[in-house]
Amino acid sequence: MLPVIVFLPAAAALALLALPRRVPRTVFVWAWIGVSAADVTLVGAAWVGYDPRAGFGWTENTAWIPTVGIRYHVGVDGLSLPLLAMTAVLFLMAAVYSLRETRRVRSYVCLFLFLQTVSLGLFAALDLIVFFVFFDLSIVGMYFVIAGWGHGEAARAAALKFFLYTFTGSLALLLGFIGLYLAARPHTFDMVTLIRANPLAGRGAYGGLVLLAVAAGLAVKTPTVPFHTWLPPAHTEAPAAGSAILAGVLLKMGTYGFVRIAMPMLPGQWRRYALVFVVIGVVSAVYGALVALAQASFKRMIAYTSVNHMGYILLGAGAAGILAGTSAQARSLAVTGAVTQMVSHGLLTGALFLLSGVLFDRGHTYDMAAYSGLAGRTPVFAGLTAVAAFGSLGIPAMSGFIAEFQIFTGSLASATAATAVAVLGILITAALFLRALQRVFLGPLRRPGTPAAFRDLHPAEVASIAPLLAASVAIGVAPRFLLDVIEPAARTIITLVAR
Amino acid sequence: MNERLGPLIPEITLAAGAVAGLLAGSWLPRHRQWVIRLLAAAACLAALAATAFTVAGTRTADFGTSYAIDVATNTVRVVVAAATLLVIGLSADTVQAHKREAEFYVLLLLAALGTIVLAGANDLLLLFAGYLLASVPAYALAGFAKDSPGTEAALKYYLMGALAGVAMLTGVTLLYGTGRTTSYPLLQTTLVAAPHGAVAVGVIAVTAGLLFKSGAVPAHFWVPDVTDGTTTPVAAFVTTVPKLGGLAALLRLLTVAIPAAAVNWPLLIAVLAAASMTLGNLAAFFQDSVKRLLAYSTISQAGYLLMAVAVAARSATAPRSLLFYLAAYAVTNLAAFAVVAALPQASTVADYRGLTRQHPGLAAVLVVSLLGLVGTPPTAVFLAKLQVFTTAIDGGYGWLTALAAANTVASLFYYLRWLTPAFLPGPAGPRPATLEPADRAATAVAYTAGAASLALGIAGTTVLPLVTGHLIR
Repeated sequence: MLPVIVFLPAAAALALLALPRRVPRTVFVWAWIGVSAADVTLVGAAWVGYDPRAGFGWTENTAWIPTVGIRYHVGVDGLSLPLLAMTAVLFLMAAVYSLRETRRVRSYVCLFLFLQTVSLGLFAALDLIVFFVFFDLSIVGMYFVIAGWGHGEAARAAALKFFLYTFTGSLALLLGFIGLYLAARPHTFDMVTLIRANPLAGRGAYGGLVLLAVAAGLAVKTPTVPFHTWLPPAHTEAPAAGSAILAGVLLKMGTYGFVRIAMPMLPGQWRRYALVFVVIGVVSAVYGALVALAQASFKRMIAYTSVNHMGYILLGAGAAGILAGTSAQARSLAVTGAVTQMVSHGLLTGALFLLSGVLFDRGHTYDMAAYSGLAGRTPVFAGLTAVAAFGSLGIPAMSGFIAEFQIFTGSLASATAATAVAVLGILITAALFLRALQRVFLGPLRRPGTPAAFRDLHPAEVASIAPLLAASVAIGVAPRFLLDVIEPAARTIITLVAR
Repeated sequence: MNERLGPLIPEITLAAGAVAGLLAGSWLPRHRQWVIRLLAAAACLAALAATAFTVAGTRTADFGTSYAIDVATNTVRVVVAAATLLVIGLSADTVQAHKREAEFYVLLLLAALGTIVLAGANDLLLLFAGYLLASVPAYALAGFAKDSPGTEAALKYYLMGALAGVAMLTGVTLLYGTGRTTSYPLLQTTLVAAPHGAVAVGVIAVTAGLLFKSGAVPAHFWVPDVTDGTTTPVAAFVTTVPKLGGLAALLRLLTVAIPAAAVNWPLLIAVLAAASMTLGNLAAFFQDSVKRLLAYSTISQAGYLLMAVAVAARSATAPRSLLFYLAAYAVTNLAAFAVVAALPQASTVADYRGLTRQHPGLAAVLVVSLLGLVGTPPTAVFLAKLQVFTTAIDGGYGWLTALAAANTVASLFYYLRWLTPAFLPGPAGPRPATLEPADRAATAVAYTAGAASLALGIAGTTVLPLVTGHLIR
């Protein structure tokens, strides 16, 4: 099941590459939509067939390169299944949005299909090298998306910066993986075995170094302060669908790595340095929000709110490592919140980036000062943007609230001061989103350039953005279907971290 | 003394191919010199087949203990023969109907043979013979075009080679004088009691010659000038094939002949590895000529390869890591050079602008080979680097691994400087002449090598057992 889900898009990309060039461009996009819809269906089937209490489900484990201890081991649990589902949905929506893409559509679609395989493969991986292969390939794929379909010369610089930063991170990650591999007896890259073996228990400085390498690699990808500087230019220059995937899926690879690799494989080190992660999380949350507040560009602003939202995840994960003065229930709540936040951020920020793509498509600038009073002219656009913005700032009845509420409740007992500071981030985010909505949509009508028709959303755009928001509302109103899957896995993680 | 010729069939095939080519070339009319090309390719194929045939009965020392046939020799035999085959494919266009076409292929075969002898030599004198056999034909190849850059390249290559050769001969003399034998297994015991200072000087001097073959610091000065000055196929050959023999020979010399108690050679090699990867990368940063860029990239690759040699005494997986990396490096580097050969008019990175549009296949090979040289999965060099890094950390060289990782990131910068223009839309108007392709042979070689680089990475599991094993002691 999982290999089919993972490699279906790549197979489709190869098939599409074999088509002659004169095939009309819509054929490619529709093929992508079809493949993504099939993937969503398959992931849905996998979700239905997965028993949350059973640990890893849908596992496949075959030898790949046995001489070096590398196996093709895949499987899902409560941590990865929600992310797989979110990834599949987000790619489907990116595909629908791309119906309006006109530039080199064939390569564009194939590149995105490749990225889809890479993203799904990463979340399904249960072997460190399989994880790393997809981690690295995601960087390569996204580099070409930004450099090839970004906005001109600046896009190339942004893509290079993105590549250099995240590739540096990935090599640190690789060194950490090698450290884990060498510590295990017999040597193995298998995640399940490494989690069970806890090979670095009581290994002092060596364990600390391995955690440093792994955490540094993941922190660049997440990104947290101070490794976040690649993110704003990459997002600003990327095409809308690329931004949505970058923020929605690729950033999750970092945070997912924390809960999948760093916490259960290095529990002693995680507990020891938990406060460091809490502090980095809080600093990212507050700093990200403050810098977002200062942005004039709509897209840059959303990019910085990603730093803020990722900060909450790190806060929850770090708080789960502080055992003193808390219960297992509270810590489990923090981890559940962190995973929920990954899903929620993927949906909401994906929607916001697609909306910013609409803004750029109509006005050719992201500068918020250039727009005013659009609500009267484009009610659907304004309405969806408002819903997405409110969701992102954490209004109740949407997924962001569920996630952040759990993170703060779970972290309050163990990291009281840090949580109190992090809540400030919510206030600032609320302020910046409300201000942005006010500037762009309210007041007298003003739009850049010639007074051409500033058209409201195209059906394809509605069809790509509205489902993301609907999913967020569904999670916000009836979260049990999601939490029932995440909670057992979060409890397992807590038990593993506490050993 | 066993003097069986059976296990030596691969070497004999290459030698016979060279001799037959020379003789036949003297009698054939110029328009039928292509027969020699087929003959040379057939010799390489026969050497490959013979190696595959004899690989079952590996691990014998022949002619006393002077020639070792083990996993290292067999791997180098296969990789050298395959790489030479690819270079023959690349050269088809350059030397076709050249008045010395036959000589070109003969020199290629002789240099390949010398490289294999280097890898198999288990005796200092045979090592030096192999060194000469691998070097002298390569000097002639470098100046084959008889133009001024080629002549300069050949002269520089020859002078550096002669210097390194003299150093090597001095080292051989010193080791012979202190150890009273030239046989590796015997040196292992006799050198323990020898004066350590003299042994150290001898080891360093012999290493100098092998570093020249490997194109590693400090004997790397010839690499950029020769690569830039000579024809692309020869550049591909001299930056790929001699490295295979030089590094395998270094591994054998240091692990089999030199007792660790006599000289702290691991540290020496580690420092050279660090210098090689760093200097190679720094020099490559702002190169505009693609051949010079690749030349410096091969110097840094030599640094990563040397990492495996540095830990050979402490880690059982070092030979496997080195040999797999050699194979991975050979196909990936040849793929990159094949792209250069397929587009003979494009000499700077800027000339590659618009490549994706005009030649998507070649652009794909360029991505695979350049990102492969960085070590991006799932290419062969990734798997190789993974093993080398693991082996180095396991062998206690964490600092070297961290430096290698940092260098890998740095190398990304110049590989991307080349890749990015390739993906830009080309200049408006008629197609630029810079991207006119050469013949199909070079393109076919590019596809083959690129596919091999990917296959070796994904299906590495089929190859790894073949390069696993211990050197004969």
